[in-house]
Amino acid sequence: MTIEMQVPALAPTPAGPPLAELRNIYVAFGGVHAVEDVTVDLHAGEVVGLVGGNGAGKSTLIRVLSGAHTADSGEVLINGQRVEIRNPRDAKALGIETIYQTLALADNIDAAGNVFLGRELQSRLGSLDDAAMESATRNVMGRLNPRFRNFKTPVKSLSGGQRQSVAIARAVHFNAKILIMDEPTAALGPAETAQVRELVMQLKAEGIGIFLISHDIHDVYDLSDRISVMLQGKLVGTVRKERVTKDEVLAMIIMGKQPGDVTQSDLEELHG
Amino acid sequence: MSEAQTAPPTTSGQPTGRSWRTALRALELDTRLLGMIGALAVIWLFFNFVSGGNFLTPRNLWNLSVQSSSIAIMATGMVLIIVSRNIDLSVGSMLGLLGYTMAMVQVNWLPNVLGVSYHEPYIWVVALLVGLVMGAVIGGITGFIVSYGGVPSFIVTLGGLLVWRGLIFRYAQGQTLAPLNETFQLFGGGPKGALGDVASWVLGLLACAGIVYTLWSGRRRKRRYGFPVRAMWAEVVVGVVGCVVVLVAVWVANSYSWPEALATQYAVEHGITEPPGGLIIPTGIAIPVVVMLGVGLVMTYIATRRRFGRYVYAIGGNPDAAELGGINVRRTIMLTFVLMGILAAVSAAVQTARLNAAVTNLGVQNELDVISAAVIGGTSFAGGIGTIPGAILGAFVMQSLRSGMLLLNVDSPTQDIVVGMVLVAAVGFDSYVRRRGG
Ligand SMILES: Nc1ncnc2c1ncn2[C@@H]1O[C@H](COP(=O)(O)OP(=O)(O)O)[C@@H](O)[C@H]1O
Ligand SMILES: [Mg+2]
Repeated sequence: MTIEMQVPALAPTPAGPPLAELRNIYVAFGGVHAVEDVTVDLHAGEVVGLVGGNGAGKSTLIRVLSGAHTADSGEVLINGQRVEIRNPRDAKALGIETIYQTLALADNIDAAGNVFLGRELQSRLGSLDDAAMESATRNVMGRLNPRFRNFKTPVKSLSGGQRQSVAIARAVHFNAKILIMDEPTAALGPAETAQVRELVMQLKAEGIGIFLISHDIHDVYDLSDRISVMLQGKLVGTVRKERVTKDEVLAMIIMGKQPGDVTQSDLEELHG
Repeated sequence: MSEAQTAPPTTSGQPTGRSWRTALRALELDTRLLGMIGALAVIWLFFNFVSGGNFLTPRNLWNLSVQSSSIAIMATGMVLIIVSRNIDLSVGSMLGLLGYTMAMVQVNWLPNVLGVSYHEPYIWVVALLVGLVMGAVIGGITGFIVSYGGVPSFIVTLGGLLVWRGLIFRYAQGQTLAPLNETFQLFGGGPKGALGDVASWVLGLLACAGIVYTLWSGRRRKRRYGFPVRAMWAEVVVGVVGCVVVLVAVWVANSYSWPEALATQYAVEHGITEPPGGLIIPTGIAIPVVVMLGVGLVMTYIATRRRFGRYVYAIGGNPDAAELGGINVRRTIMLTFVLMGILAAVSAAVQTARLNAAVTNLGVQNELDVISAAVIGGTSFAGGIGTIPGAILGAFVMQSLRSGMLLLNVDSPTQDIVVGMVLVAAVGFDSYVRRRGG
């Protein structure tokens, strides 16, 4: 917070209370401080890129918002209101949907079963309405990945890209207000990556707030409005995309340097 | 070797093979289940051939159905336990304790404590209810320790195996409880514990109606959403074959008539003059088999058409994904053990009724038969895979092997050796097929 005021390139927060805010979050696993005093926020219709090297703590931070685990300390605010997110159900009830880095698919179940996992459609007597779920899944898939055909097979037998489509379908089908995408293009080829980028733009235009996470700045730079950088569990800073170059962000990711502090020799080191 | 070389595949053989495969695919059947039915058929034909036609007799098949039912009932619950990556080694001891309790209720407590005659027809309801509730409680205790206590199910149920059996010995003190209430005895089968011919035919026709309705409503639902449906001829073939199998089974059960002595006694009691050649009373489908079929239907519905079942499979496929999907994993796991306890009570009723007594070693080693049935039926220890009909078929495979060998006077140790080897071979073959992407 103090850093934000000192450095001009750092972002002034957009007007209105943020859609979501993670405030002073701490998470430790045994002796490992995975996340230390990190504060990030997200507004409606905004894409915030969350970048940092492998093991920087991005997934851990964001899983606090997903309800996958609880923070040791810190606060989560939705629309300015403090909330308790104790499990994934709480998060979903708040309109927070997540595409996990691991995809979190049940391999032995088909696409529709995974899309609706934990939120199955039921008939009046409480039986699963598989046909309705398959139909809805076909509709979402028609938008995300029109070439997707394998609706009847367990997702185990699908390609990496198709599995990713299923995970994305699950997140976008339920009218999320806040979407968390943890390395969503990791398993994708160029064509599918382009599709995901298009989807991000489309969802942003619909007013959804998106946390877009990647270890690679090139994945998120173009799409992001703001970029938050993490290094070794700490927040290096949050910058408005148009005020920084990719090299400056790279220096934040690798050296933890603020955009104003990057020297010529730093840049040479980055490219050397 | 030389045979293979001297018999090259005929040119006409290839396309025929392929069109067969196309036809099979059009039927959209579960190939693994089909393979198991095939294996069962081979076993039956083998024993029938070796025993000189003594295996495929109404009498033997009828007995086989009764002997398989108690293991099959528990195997349906074991499927869900194993699918969710757990195990229950305590089912045999649990069955013993529950059977003993149900016998105690009708032989001791109701008559001695409440002064109710144990001939009262409704006693079976009380005894069964006590068993079912106690089964749910015992299963609940096990499940609670597994899911909320975090103790591996192997350990908890190994403990259960010892504890429940120990309790029986402590309270029974070597005493056998018998005889049981007459109505309760019907659970065990026997000539009187069967439906008779008319009710069997009615049940068979109802089953046929059920098959046709299931096919028809499934087709209609797919049509409504514009999904591809099976070819009409394939639909008809599946329906007809299903109904024929059901009706043949009923016919076989009805072809087994009461033993002569019993029929004579019946004739005397009812003042019927026996015709020359004796009175023929068709036995029909045994009540434990009806119970098993009912359990199989309900469990299939739970496993495939309810959220609970979907969650059990999701947990087995990927516990993290289930948790992140918002599934209450612990509660779901606990409920699988509650179900297992209830099913152990049902099996306990069948077994005690069949013996018309509760003995201290009731259900000993049943856990091994139940687990084997589930596993032979295609349930995978890796989790997430297994079907209820498969487990029931697995129970029939196990029992067919045992009763076939018994027919051939194979001694019990040899039976164990064969069953053990078949178990390992079946699982080995299954995982080989799976690895090849079958
Ligand atoms: N469940 C866990 N148990 C123990 N350590 C963990 C766990 N999850 C993450 N970590 C550790 O926390 C740190 C941050 O990991 P993570 O959030 O996955 O980083 P990123 O997503 O930025 O690559 C790493 O050191 C990782 O080893
Ligand atoms: Mg990560």
